[in-house]
Amino acid sequence: MLKRRLIPCLFLQNGLIVRSQEFKQFKQLGNPVSQLERLNDWNADELVYVDITREGAYDLKRDDLKHASRSDVVSILRDIATKCFMPLSFGGRVKTLADVDALIANGADKVVINSGVIENPSLITDVAEKYGAQAMVVAVDYRQEEDDWLVFSHSGTQRTAWNLKSWLTEAQKRGAGEIFLNAIHRDGLASGFDLESINRACEWVQLPVIACGGAGVVEDFIDVFEKTPVSAVAAGNFFNFTENAYIRVKKALRQAGINVR
Amino acid sequence: MRKRVGIVGYRMGNVMSLRHAFEAIGADVFIGENPAQLQEATHLVLPGVGAFPMAMDNLESLGFRSALDHLVNNEKRPLLGICLGMQLLATDGEEHRLCKGLGYIPGHVKRLDVGELRVPHMGWNDTYAVKPNSLLRSDEKKACFYFVHSFYLIPDDSEDISMRCEYGGSFAAGVQRGLIYGVQFHPEKSHDAGLGVLKQFMEVEQGVEAKVNPVPVFTERADRP
Repeated sequence: MLKRRLIPCLFLQNGLIVRSQEFKQFKQLGNPVSQLERLNDWNADELVYVDITREGAYDLKRDDLKHASRSDVVSILRDIATKCFMPLSFGGRVKTLADVDALIANGADKVVINSGVIENPSLITDVAEKYGAQAMVVAVDYRQEEDDWLVFSHSGTQRTAWNLKSWLTEAQKRGAGEIFLNAIHRDGLASGFDLESINRACEWVQLPVIACGGAGVVEDFIDVFEKTPVSAVAAGNFFNFTENAYIRVKKALRQAGINVR
Repeated sequence: MRKRVGIVGYRMGNVMSLRHAFEAIGADVFIGENPAQLQEATHLVLPGVGAFPMAMDNLESLGFRSALDHLVNNEKRPLLGICLGMQLLATDGEEHRLCKGLGYIPGHVKRLDVGELRVPHMGWNDTYAVKPNSLLRSDEKKACFYFVHSFYLIPDDSEDISMRCEYGGSFAAGVQRGLIYGVQFHPEKSHDAGLGVLKQFMEVEQGVEAKVNPVPVFTERADRP
């Protein structure tokens, strides 16, 4: 039987791995290439890298950092691909099919796109037709407001015209292969996954859904796998901050009878 | 004779991760950009991501088809087809249009018919060895590999099936006929389990059939002579 996946999500900012909280505060965790050995030890099901560098961002604290450019991310990806033998997804600042071409050519198996497909929804179809639907992961950042979940773009800073249901339906119609759900209102708060929105999202689309945002304790992972039909669960800070967290969560999931690798 | 892996560079998908995977197990590996270069390979690997008809067109038009026929059929060099590369080993495939394959493993490639399950079959799935020469290590009969595919190969002779996987029914996750091997999953994306398959393939000797995994690894056929 197909395994449900547990995915470490790594956020890159100006070429470094960072942790994020509510999409606003960032803390540097280290160099992505020097972290590779650790990631291999985890024996993870898949890795998702998201480049959250703001356009034109420049880190004044570090004079050894250049202005972040597309080629930096591609070279990071290329280094990772030489040593990591697992599916790699890459996202962040992907706007055009040419951006996608560069990522796929340098070792990404899938691309994760958020603002790029909000601005230009036909990019979903273009990527799916060129590389297969499974390579097109639509990342959906949403926030609960009153009695609806509203979709945001540009790292959670811009409200879009879509609510969660309408955007998921649109993404599926245009040929998305997978949905990466990121609950902004839970990002980095360690208060558990937003089970209600995840369950509704799984009803609205027939695509594999990856849930992200809110993992605080090991039980949160068991909870989301038991109480929703998600194909995969992703987390960033949780895996990056606690020693052996990935391996411990995997073990706990197996013990709880969840069908994981 | 020093072993060299030649990856058929016929422009169907990215072969970089596959090359890195062979490097990681210490193999001498190169990408054969033209048929003549493949002469230097003791072990041939046919990768592939994309559609069946385009892959066959590329193999023919770049001259790899006749080179492979010669190296595989006459010189008995071991061949490993991966993902689409495994499907191309079949007699024909029905992706987009009916299209002839390499014909090394008699059989047909059909779209997965898995009821309500999603296609492509994408993710990690348990895979079982069903005969000794499966490319799984001799001490394991089950391993978990990463799959991404919408089509699958149905060999005419079920004896050619070396590994099975379940997804809305059982299908051939691996095939083997003489020195010709195929795996539907991506060993280069399957951590140590996948690298183990590549290592086993490197143990296959040119012209020497069925010497890998001398210990039968699966008990289902133990009742057979």
